[in-house]
Amino acid sequence: MILYIVRRVIMLFPILLLISIVSFIVIELPPGDWVSNYITNLRNSGIELQEEEAARLTAMYGFDQPSYVRYAKWMQGIVTKGDFGWSFQWGKPVNDILRERLPFTILISFSALILSWLIAIPVGIYSATHPYSITDYIATILAFVWVATPGFLLAFVAAWLVFHYTGFSPLGLNSTDFLDAPWNTAKLIDRIKHLILPIVIIGLSGTGATIRVMRANLLDELKKQYVTTARSKGVPELTILFKYPVRIAFNPLFSTIGWLLPAIISGEVIISVVLSIPTMGPTLLRATLAQDMYLVGSIVLILSSLTVLGTLISDIYLAWADPRIRFEGTGK
Amino acid sequence: MTVQEQSSRTAQELAGQPDEGLAAIPEEKLDVRSERFYYAKQWELIWWRFRRHRLAMISLVLLIILYLIAIMPGFASPYLPQSRFEGRQQSPPTKVHMIDENGGIHLPFVYALSRELDQKTFKYIYTEDTSQRYPIKLFVKGEPYKFWGLFETSRHLFGVGVDGPPLLLFGADELGRDILSRTFYGSRISLSIGFVGVLLSFFIGVTLGGISGYFGGIADEIIQRLIDFLLSIPALPFWMALAAAMPRDWSVTKTYFAITIILSIIGWSGLARVVRGKLLALREEDYALAAQAAGAGQPRIIFRHLLPGFTSHLIVSLTLAIPGSILGETTLSFLGLGMQPPAVSWGVLLGDAQDMVVVAQQPWRMIPGLFVVIAVLLFNFVGDGLRDAADPYAM
Amino acid sequence: MSDRHDTLVEVENLQVHFHLQEGIVRAVEDVSFAVKLGQTLGVIGESGSGKSVSAQAIMGILPMPPAQLKNGRITMYLPNNGMGMRSVVLTDLPTRGGEFRAIRGKEIGMIFQEPMTSFSPVHTIGNQIMESVLLHIPNITKKEARERAVEILGRVGISRPERRVDDYPHQFSGGMRQRAMIAMALACNPKLVIADEPTTALDVTIEAQILELLKDLQEEFGMAIMYISHDLAVVGGVADEIIVMYLGLVMEHASAEQLFENPRHPYTQALLRSIPTIDGTLERLATIQGAMPSPFTEHMGCPFFTRCDQRVPGACDVRRPPIVEVEPGHKVRCVLYE
Repeated sequence: MILYIVRRVIMLFPILLLISIVSFIVIELPPGDWVSNYITNLRNSGIELQEEEAARLTAMYGFDQPSYVRYAKWMQGIVTKGDFGWSFQWGKPVNDILRERLPFTILISFSALILSWLIAIPVGIYSATHPYSITDYIATILAFVWVATPGFLLAFVAAWLVFHYTGFSPLGLNSTDFLDAPWNTAKLIDRIKHLILPIVIIGLSGTGATIRVMRANLLDELKKQYVTTARSKGVPELTILFKYPVRIAFNPLFSTIGWLLPAIISGEVIISVVLSIPTMGPTLLRATLAQDMYLVGSIVLILSSLTVLGTLISDIYLAWADPRIRFEGTGK
Repeated sequence: MTVQEQSSRTAQELAGQPDEGLAAIPEEKLDVRSERFYYAKQWELIWWRFRRHRLAMISLVLLIILYLIAIMPGFASPYLPQSRFEGRQQSPPTKVHMIDENGGIHLPFVYALSRELDQKTFKYIYTEDTSQRYPIKLFVKGEPYKFWGLFETSRHLFGVGVDGPPLLLFGADELGRDILSRTFYGSRISLSIGFVGVLLSFFIGVTLGGISGYFGGIADEIIQRLIDFLLSIPALPFWMALAAAMPRDWSVTKTYFAITIILSIIGWSGLARVVRGKLLALREEDYALAAQAAGAGQPRIIFRHLLPGFTSHLIVSLTLAIPGSILGETTLSFLGLGMQPPAVSWGVLLGDAQDMVVVAQQPWRMIPGLFVVIAVLLFNFVGDGLRDAADPYAM
Repeated sequence: MSDRHDTLVEVENLQVHFHLQEGIVRAVEDVSFAVKLGQTLGVIGESGSGKSVSAQAIMGILPMPPAQLKNGRITMYLPNNGMGMRSVVLTDLPTRGGEFRAIRGKEIGMIFQEPMTSFSPVHTIGNQIMESVLLHIPNITKKEARERAVEILGRVGISRPERRVDDYPHQFSGGMRQRAMIAMALACNPKLVIADEPTTALDVTIEAQILELLKDLQEEFGMAIMYISHDLAVVGGVADEIIVMYLGLVMEHASAEQLFENPRHPYTQALLRSIPTIDGTLERLATIQGAMPSPFTEHMGCPFFTRCDQRVPGACDVRRPPIVEVEPGHKVRCVLYE
């Protein structure tokens, strides 16, 4: 088991390395380097820039050196000082921008993941144990429609419905009255009210697929011989269901973190844009529109690393849950 | 072994195992007209089973209709996407009547509208002029357009003709353009990008998955890690970042292909995984070993023996991969990172309506979104039906 | 059908159909037999003959739907608290109800064909044996149940059972798993053990060991065994009585001796010809011509008609022959003996 974890953690490094390289490629992708773009922009907007000044800027960001040196510098900054670079658009370090937004991204994504399971697991179990019942059909069709609806559309319609029927505008993190208000209970309640909608929508967008995974796995497990064996021992149906197949069907469900997490992060990005919640999403969008590439690259790097770490945790859980892996290397 | 032999082989296995397999028989859709079944070719089997899947069958028909619209948007829609109707900005969907003022029943028709601005609410009020009916006609002459860029014609599938009032079945946008026509024209990009994107993913996926699954070793290891990596990163931020690198001044065609490539960069990994997994499993199958023992060469084994064994799986995976591309394009264009106006796609149309206020006042602006949902649903249903049908013998 | 006092389970005119989208599989058409106390009944038949389905019907574990119990009665005779016998009509009990569950695992144990998949991979062997003990023996503590599991594992020939009891199924070999499966079936001292092709998935050497073990256990515990197999030679070695099934019908029913010495039904005769013998001269083994008909066909007459080498056209294919007793304890379903 420990061996497995060690191996799995070691395998993490090449993937993180790959992520960082890809993120850096993204930074370098726009034609022309951004320092020269920046200089051109400055000049276009009428600011006189001396040649030396331009050269100094170029040298400062290492654009007089080959790209792998710049990559090494960027990585060095991240690994040694946790410094992700400089955002042009904001005129401040990338770190300062992310520090305010990352916690919300994590909070919303994590809550959404939990919510999506809280709904998907019971519905999936019911669907699988009552296949082809009306409830199963409704759950299946709803799951299909959820899967097919783009997240932003869902957010749009939901926000509009909420606004239309309650008069409460779910946009942003706080209502305008509270924006500059000091922290108090009312502001906290207002904040929570604003967080509910994005969490529900992001959570639900993952729910459809999760229900289908749970249902399919459970249907598979219910057909297995060991279920018949348990039945032949006279074990009551409900005990059979929860002791054996549900427990085993949980594992593939857990392994769906591998793709559920990327999907939830993607969902968080787009839904935050629609609901204008100041998380990584809108920041990324504005940065991409402005080609503020260090910020873009850093966000891609961080979000990808987050999902990879999430997958690692789910893999370790899976290994622990499976006696065939758990006892590898210890005893027989 | 040919496809026929292969299917009859499995059919015999089936016939010989129903006892222990009784619990499994419900899975199997043994055809009662068994003689035909035993000797049917793989494709026939799949088609028979697919036809029995009613939802998938209906979805397939609807998909074909959607694609016919996408192929001939000029013919299918009554107007050109850029035609503006003065005085009809933000107009709600035109009402279609079948009963006139006096209770007489007619084929569907519309009335001309007149518009007034309510001085208090600053909202437009539309009144129907019931003095004249304008019937909706089929194959009507309207605005001229170029059919497939080949010849000019002015026939449209339906409309009220040039002299009639504007027929805005899905309403109009703030420039007075017909949303229905724009949605139909938009399907050209939105629906084709799914296909083209998946085709590209398919080539990358099959090539790399094939190399990985067939040769194994270091190549397999590297490609596997790459797939793991691509599957583990969140697609949307990555797409956004790549789209951000795309120059804004590119032509529609250039942007189109750039987006296709961006979507495929991640999209191929899922397909490659399927191909590799299938190849690995099939390579160990008895009939592949038998072919090897009989002295068949590697390419012969791959193309003649292995490939027929999983083309059906590939098609299923392809069908199920298309919705991802459609959603990807829509999302990117909605964010303003994908297709740019004047190009029309469903995402661009939805992006036009980005403001909550717009949606609140003109809910019909969301209709293109409905098309996205329906198209994706249809693909999923067809894919599901195909998956059930493609595996006639699998347990 | 047979003497009440030594009958444990009686199956009368059992009929089970599977309703599938493509048609009806007549898995069991008309099956009657009795399992006697402490004796072994061998059930022999090809795949699709309905032998496993009959066993599942006794156990109340038919997959319903699609299976449907069309007709028939299964009765079990159990001691009534030391006061004579009571009869329980299993076919009248709801299969998932408490009354039936109290019989499953307690009075009837079942050994399945696939030792590999019959255990849950995420629970220990001990846990899965104890489950049945804890369910059926009132007021037993966990510790006692565990001791029982260790004891029974030891009895079926697992070495160091006190350690292996905490092992997971994947740590057991195929033969060991089948031993554990037998231990599980025997954990509550059932009156009847149904062994559904228990050795089909095993090596021949291990098969012999398992058969030997079953015989020993029968001597020790005195339970009846219903032994299902497609291998006539195996059944012949363990059974007191044998029924031969084909496409949901009992074709011949006799004591093992009678059946081997004087097989009456053409199908049984053909089966016996296809067993290789050590002392026989080297010649081509006889095979039964043709293949099993599609499971969806409904047979007007004898289902074996199409493959029979002694068929009487105009008689066999028109009407299903009844099963008749040709000599005491020997019944045959064939026009030749009507």
